[in-house]
Parts: sequence; structure tokens; C-alpha cells
Amino acid sequence: MSAWLWHFADMLLATGRDILPIAAIIIGFQLLVIRKPLANPRKIAIGFFYVVLGIACFLEGLDMALFPLGKLMATQLTSPEFLGIAATGPRTWLTYSWVYVFAACIGFATTLAEPSLLAVAMKAEQISGGAIRAWGLRIAVSIGVAVGIALGTFRIVTGTELYFYIVVGYVVVIIQTMFAPKMIIALAYDSGGVTTSTVTVPLVTALGLGLATTVPGRNPLVDGFGLIAFASLFPIIAVLAYAQLAQTLGKPHPKP
Amino acid sequence: MLKNRFIRQLFSSCLDLLPILAVVLVFQVAVIRQPIPDVAHLLEGMVLVVFGLALFVQGLEQSLFPLGESMAYAFARKGSVFWLLVFAFCLGFGTTVAEPALIAISDEAARIAAQGHIIADSDAARKSYALGLRLTVALSVGVAILVGVLRILRGWPLHYLIIGGYCVVTAVTPFAPADIIGIAYDSGGVTTSTITVPLVAALGVGLATAIKGRNPMIDGFGLIAFASLTPMIFVMAYGMLR
Repeated sequence: MSAWLWHFADMLLATGRDILPIAAIIIGFQLLVIRKPLANPRKIAIGFFYVVLGIACFLEGLDMALFPLGKLMATQLTSPEFLGIAATGPRTWLTYSWVYVFAACIGFATTLAEPSLLAVAMKAEQISGGAIRAWGLRIAVSIGVAVGIALGTFRIVTGTELYFYIVVGYVVVIIQTMFAPKMIIALAYDSGGVTTSTVTVPLVTALGLGLATTVPGRNPLVDGFGLIAFASLFPIIAVLAYAQLAQTLGKPHPKP
Repeated sequence: MLKNRFIRQLFSSCLDLLPILAVVLVFQVAVIRQPIPDVAHLLEGMVLVVFGLALFVQGLEQSLFPLGESMAYAFARKGSVFWLLVFAFCLGFGTTVAEPALIAISDEAARIAAQGHIIADSDAARKSYALGLRLTVALSVGVAILVGVLRILRGWPLHYLIIGGYCVVTAVTPFAPADIIGIAYDSGGVTTSTITVPLVAALGVGLATAIKGRNPMIDGFGLIAFASLTPMIFVMAYGMLR
């Protein structure tokens, strides 16, 4: 128990150190450049403490529960025993179907539970006066991440060029941008970065590197990374499509 | 009052975690069909995740969101473009260099690079590679937020800048070494994480609300989009120059 407490204190300290630069920047600018005292220092200090404690607990919980489970499953899903094939037998991309299903499900679920996305979705609903629903936005982004990560695992399994997929994705985004309602564009571009945060990134990276290690003929250095790139690109496409759909179906939507 | 809000927050965190639990459980029971080892440890972790999530959102609403917004208002009213841009750069650099996900990924990238004999397989070489990667990404996010704030001030249309950025990424990739491309593309998504997103989004929205004739819906968002784009270019340059 005491060892665990020490470990947790360490974790708290590390998170505190990570938060420190940004706290220093905010407070430094407030005091030195704006030259006004903080409006409600007690409340803000308690809030910062909650953030540090919250992130520390959250990361610790992920380390204890979700990562080991995710890793265990990634290994199990690619093992020859589970696939029912000989260790050196022939395999096509279809052999790994369960990997794609798992990748899509994990992408969807982790994105839906993402605190940063929750924060931005609430902000978006508030600013748009309810025209954009927080839940609709979250589901659109989650579907985007699910499709993105599934396609990313497909890329790792087949060993095709990352460059090709991303450029095609960019072209789709550019075409969608020309037709999408103007007020959603910036939000859609942002949602790409928002989805892939502290929960998703290590989990998905571990999945990609694990796949590139276990699938024969793949090199983790060249093939292992790139899943996050998919997870950042596809939400943009999904949100633009969501806005387009909402407009076409004639949902309440303030016209400028 | 606070207690009630926190309990409600806890409840909503439980709801947020439910999808993950469902996916993992369904796969374990229906597809893999093996008993889950160490269930007690697992449940302990789940409780921590729920508790941490609730605390995080609570703390965010109390400190980072209102602080970032009030600061953006203050800078917009002060009218000093120079200090606003300095603040924007510091915010981008400071939040990114502290990003836990980025720390984890750059360490992982250094480990993989050492295994692939791209760098020497020693502690010092790995550390300097990882730190170089982190500083490159932090620098690129600082530049991104700076350009993004400049965009909000001038009212440039976002999609021209983004499409221009895409073109640069596309043009640079063929010249970048193959082993850096995956990491470079990933670093775009890695940068914008738990701390960065809420603070930067608050800055953008607050700024667009404070400036006359700007619609926060159109002009306020878009900072994070830059922060996911520039790291790709900067990291590929890092790979070429290193």
C-alpha cells in the first residue's frame, strides 16, 4: 500500500511538473504584462489542483486497467492460434478481419469518452446557440476516428504507402470544404486534432506498433506509426459530412 | 452545491467510460473467449479513470477555461499585437512541451529508431533524439498558434491557409527519409491533447468574441487545426536536417 502511495505521489509530481510551464505562462502574463491580480486566485488554484489530480488519476487508471487489456487483446487478435492458421501459413489482408473490427470499435469508444472532445463539443453547442448538438458532434467525430483507425490498421497489414492515403484524404477534405456550410469549417478542422488526445494516442500507437511487429514482413520503423494521422484526418471528413447532412435535411440552422 | 455538481460529473464520467468497457467486454467474451486475468486490479483502474475524468472536467471549468478566456479578452482589449503574439507563441510552446502523450510518443519513437539502427542504441542518443523531437514539435505548435492568432486578427479565411499547408506537406514528403514520415504525420495529432486543446480553443474563441465584427463560430475555432498541421512539416524538416 505504501509503495503504491509513493508511486502515486511520484505520478502527481510528474503531472504537476507537466502542468507547471503552462501555469507559469498564464500567471506570469497576468501579473507582468496585463498587470492585474488574478480575479479569483483561490478558486483558480483549486481548479488547477483538480486538473493535476484528475489527470494523474486518469493516467494511472489507464495504465492499470485499459492499456494492459488493450495490449493483451492486440496480441491475442493477431496470434496464429486465434486466427486458426499455421504460424508460417499463407495469409491475406482478410485473415486479420477481427483486427479491423477491433480497431474501429476502440477508435469509436475512446473518442466518445474523450474529455477534450467533450469540452470542445460543449463549447461548440454553446456558441452555435444549439444549432450544433454536442452529442451529434461527438458521434460524428467518433465514427470518423473508427473508420480512420480501421483503415490505418488495414494499411499496416498490407504495408501500403501512408503518403498515398493521406494525400487522397486531403483531396477529399478540400472538395468537402468547397461545399460545406461556412460556420462549421474551422470547427471541423479543429476536431481532427481534438480527438487524438492523451487517452487515444498511447493506446492507438501501441496497437500500430504491435501490429507492425506481429504481422510478418512489416517493419515497426516504417509501418508502425501513422495510425494517429488517420485518426486526425477522418474526423474532419466526418464532421464536414455531418454538417452537410444537417443542412440538407433542413434542421434548424441559422442562415447568415 | 459543489458536491452535487461533482456527483453529477462523476455520473457523466461513468457514462463516458461505458462504451470502452462494452467494447472490451464484448471482444473478450464473444471473440477471444478467454478469462480476463486480474479483474480486481482492472476494476481498481476503472474507478481511478472515472474519478480522474470527473475531477479533470471539474478543474477545467474552474481554472483553465475561464482563465484562458479572460486573458484573451484582456489581450484583445489591451490592443498590443506584439504581446498578444508573444503570448500565443508561449502558450503553444508551453502546453506542448508539457504534453504527456508527446513525451510518451517521442520516447517510443526514439526506441524504435534505435532498434532500426537509425540512431546509436545508447541512452544518451535516445534521450537527445526524443528531446529534439519534442522541442521541434513544441516550436512548431508555438508558430502555429502565432499564425492562427494573426489569422483571427486579420480575418484571413482559414481554409486557404490549411489547404496551403496541405500542399507544403505533400510537397515535402517525397524528400523526407522514410523512417520519419510516419512519426511526422502522427505528431500532428499527438500535439493537441489534454491540456493544449481546452486552453487554445478558449484563446481562439475568446479572442474572436472580443474583436468587433468577428463571429466566434467562424473565426474562433481553427487554432488547433494549425497546431495539427505545422508539426508534420517541422518534424519532416527535423528528419531531413538531423
